[in-house]
Amino acid sequence: MEVTRREALETAGKFIILSGAARVAFNELHGEPVADPEKYTAAEHWWGMTIDIDKCIGCGKCVEACAAENGVPDGYFRTWIERYRVADNEPDNPHVDSPNGGKDGFPVLNDMPDAKSFFVPKLCNHCADSPCVQACPVGATFESPDGVVLVDQTYCIGCRYCIQACPYGCRYLDPRKNVVDKCTLCYHRITKGLVTACVEVCPTSSRQLADLKNPKDPVHKFMRENHVEVLKPHLATGAKVFYKDMDEAVR
Amino acid sequence: MNHVIPGVDGFMYPNEVELQWSLLIVLYPYITGLVAGAFILASLARVFKVKEVQPTYRLALLTALAFLLVAPLPLQLHLGHPERSFEMYLTPHRTSAMAMFGFVYLWYLLVVLLMEIWLDYRKEIVLLSRSTHGLRRFIYRVLTLGSQDISEGSLRVDDRVGYVITIIGIPSAFLLHGYVGFIFGSIKANPWWSTPLMPVVFIFSAMVSGIALVLLVYEAVTRLRGQKIDMPCLDAIAKYLFYVFVIDFSLEMLDLVHRIYESDESFRTLDFMVHTRMWFSEVILQICLGTLLPLVLLGINQIVKLPDFRRRWMYTLAGIMTLIGIFAMRWNVVIGGQLFSKSFLGYTTYKVEFATREGLLPAIGLLILPVLILIVLLKLFPPWEEQEA
Repeated sequence: MEVTRREALETAGKFIILSGAARVAFNELHGEPVADPEKYTAAEHWWGMTIDIDKCIGCGKCVEACAAENGVPDGYFRTWIERYRVADNEPDNPHVDSPNGGKDGFPVLNDMPDAKSFFVPKLCNHCADSPCVQACPVGATFESPDGVVLVDQTYCIGCRYCIQACPYGCRYLDPRKNVVDKCTLCYHRITKGLVTACVEVCPTSSRQLADLKNPKDPVHKFMRENHVEVLKPHLATGAKVFYKDMDEAVR
Repeated sequence: MNHVIPGVDGFMYPNEVELQWSLLIVLYPYITGLVAGAFILASLARVFKVKEVQPTYRLALLTALAFLLVAPLPLQLHLGHPERSFEMYLTPHRTSAMAMFGFVYLWYLLVVLLMEIWLDYRKEIVLLSRSTHGLRRFIYRVLTLGSQDISEGSLRVDDRVGYVITIIGIPSAFLLHGYVGFIFGSIKANPWWSTPLMPVVFIFSAMVSGIALVLLVYEAVTRLRGQKIDMPCLDAIAKYLFYVFVIDFSLEMLDLVHRIYESDESFRTLDFMVHTRMWFSEVILQICLGTLLPLVLLGINQIVKLPDFRRRWMYTLAGIMTLIGIFAMRWNVVIGGQLFSKSFLGYTTYKVEFATREGLLPAIGLLILPVLILIVLLKLFPPWEEQEA
């Protein structure tokens, strides 16, 4: 088919205009309005995360992205992925591995062919009643007004009491700085209207950043319509990472 | 094949592989326990008027002081940023069990121990400041704090105030060490630590270790001075050591039986740990050699009357084994609590380093240091007034 220069220009013009319009319309209907960082008010947010275990494929991209975004030293993890394999006759004795935190994916294992197998991404639960915050002797670790547990590394004395107090193994001593480090829920990103690095790269949208104070946030639908659980609920830490359809074997 | 991490069996959360609290944190409750125990023994003489243990009164106080001066050093060495430790005094976090340490420590050091020792030695200090020369004279003069009055009335006041301080000191000693137990006992994330019995067990094990230490120090010092050991005194110390040890052991067994009977979610993991990685330190060292053996040695002497020489020998062995046993107990609490994963699915290993900041060498140094301090204190403040005066 012969296309004249005039027709080509017209088509291109329509495409540009229409796609632009479509983008605006899409954003109007579905997209999150990009927050103005100047206008970020901590009290208007209450951050957490939702994780759909069935969607996680254990690719390790979240672990990799987290390490790159936050400069996490090798061998330590702000987020990591665990692979669970549960035999049907041993529901309370799962086989779990997390080679290099799942950063490089998981090797194929054939020793439990009949086991139920799934991946569980882990990170700081940004507990509302954090045992780590309670334990810190100098108040270097604290809960921000928008529900994120942070460490003031210029204040941390490196006693590591918070590491002992965390039931989830989310904290470590950064050997380069001799202070405690942990997931900040990419605080530098979420306060600018971006999502966390791990959420950004997750290819299956297993992880979703959740603002529990935002009535338009899909987290509310997620919580309403799914069977949702937190890790170690008996410890009453007020964990804010919500797992969908989590197996009883997960700890 | 599974990705194998050296020293790890099963699954640990990835950040758990490395132990956070090392040998130095084992020393911390060990040393504060010795302090609290030595002080309680001293108060037996002063407040409870147990005449037999009077010869060890001052020795126990000086021992407590020597160890108390060293107590914060392992903590300082352990901190990632020791230069920031004063923040605990300036901006203590009200909800933190650990934030109290500095205040409890200072209270105990300044209000209880130093005051009591000073009041008790004031007369000697004044007399020595008059009879000695040179540097010693200068030290004693400074230590009089300008108070030269050693009249009868003034000494009576000293005695009254000292008595009151000892009475305050007993709950303070309980506080000092019960508090250390609370630091561990209040961690709900860790089932090996989290028990309300922890502070109580810490207090009684502190008394056990402190009494055993003073018993050994008394024997050693008396022998080095070529003096005769006061056997009724030694018998009395051994008797109290035995009774307190029985209570301590009962409490620990109560904890153990309770855990076994309740068999909660953590039990299988902890039980396996005690049977494998901690078999030597917990069952052999702490329970058999460090508790049952001294209890038998001391117990025999509560029933039959053996010759002096044999009794002394048995008390000494019991004292040494007690100190080793209580050290093993601190080790099992601090290190044991970090060997298993909070997922209850695996175990890690602790390998003591040697010449590093938190290694064996500084730990040995920190155990020798209080002995050196004690020698200096004994030279400056001889506890045996009658012979030296």
